Amino acid sequence: MRTALLAIGCAGLLALFLWGMTGLPPFGSYPGPYGDLLNSFAASERKATDVVSAVNFDYRAFDTLGEEFILFVSVAGAALLLRKIDEEKKDSKEDSESEDREPGRAPPPTSDATRAFGVALVGLTVVFGLYMISHGQTTPGGGFQGGVILATAPLSVYLSADARTFQRIAPRGLVEGAESLAAAAYVLFGLAAVVLGGEFLRNVTPLGEEEKMGSSGNIFWLNLAVGIEVASGFVLLRSVFIEETLQRRLREESK
Amino acid sequence: MGAFQIGVFLLVAVSAFGVVRTRDPLAQSVAVSFYGLVLALLFFLHQAPDVALSQIVVGAVALPLMILLALSRIHSQDAERKEDRK
Repeated sequence: MRTALLAIGCAGLLALFLWGMTGLPPFGSYPGPYGDLLNSFAASERKATDVVSAVNFDYRAFDTLGEEFILFVSVAGAALLLRKIDEEKKDSKEDSESEDREPGRAPPPTSDATRAFGVALVGLTVVFGLYMISHGQTTPGGGFQGGVILATAPLSVYLSADARTFQRIAPRGLVEGAESLAAAAYVLFGLAAVVLGGEFLRNVTPLGEEEKMGSSGNIFWLNLAVGIEVASGFVLLRSVFIEETLQRRLREESK
Repeated sequence: MGAFQIGVFLLVAVSAFGVVRTRDPLAQSVAVSFYGLVLALLFFLHQAPDVALSQIVVGAVALPLMILLALSRIHSQDAERKEDRK
């Protein structure tokens, strides 16, 4: 009975959906003037060949500021929520000095395949992430995408190497500092324009040469700031989640 | 719309159904990752490489990773509660 009702509903939805699809304008049709205008002058005015990046980090850079701080606040919130649990546990651990798992039951060692694959991935992800961040103005991609790619490198290290190596390449203080500074840098770029007598987030850096790394002025520098912010934000989020396991692995390795 | 685009459209629909039908959260995180990749392919075929890249990093990497981390966290807390009850 329920399935029959669902089938009738689905059939109706499908019919309405297909009917609606027939009335759609053809793929690629664009009624507004705004996108065409940007396409025609973004390359000459901002030396940016990727107009999407030009919109995100120059013409509508204020929206991206909001997006960046959404991430910043979520990471801060997650860190705050999970930290409280950590502290409670630390207290109880100090009282009893006991491990929260059975003695003599070690987690299985990392397999050679995971190790080899992880080590091979680290270099690739670092190079690809940096490329993505630094070429946001010329090709698709940018700080957000490159930042997440860059953040997967420490994850590969964590999965394939020991906890101490992870701790060494991504110490908590450095990651937290980098995240805050990069988030602040975005605002400071905007304020620099105000100080120099322009509007908030107006371009203040030299535009350089088209299709070259470091071109397009603010678009490049803001991408760099966002890339660092996103990468360290994700690394921080992950280390907050795995903090407990990380500490246990560190204790085991030091034994 | 080309045959390839229609094919990927259908693949998106099928994998979305698969994500909803998967009951085990661990398997679901893998399913949602696959769904993210297919969706990125759809965006790419509709000439939106920027959105496709964002979709790959968010839908196929970040979201499943967060689900996995949250799951491992929940599992370790569950294990502790069981220890406490003993």
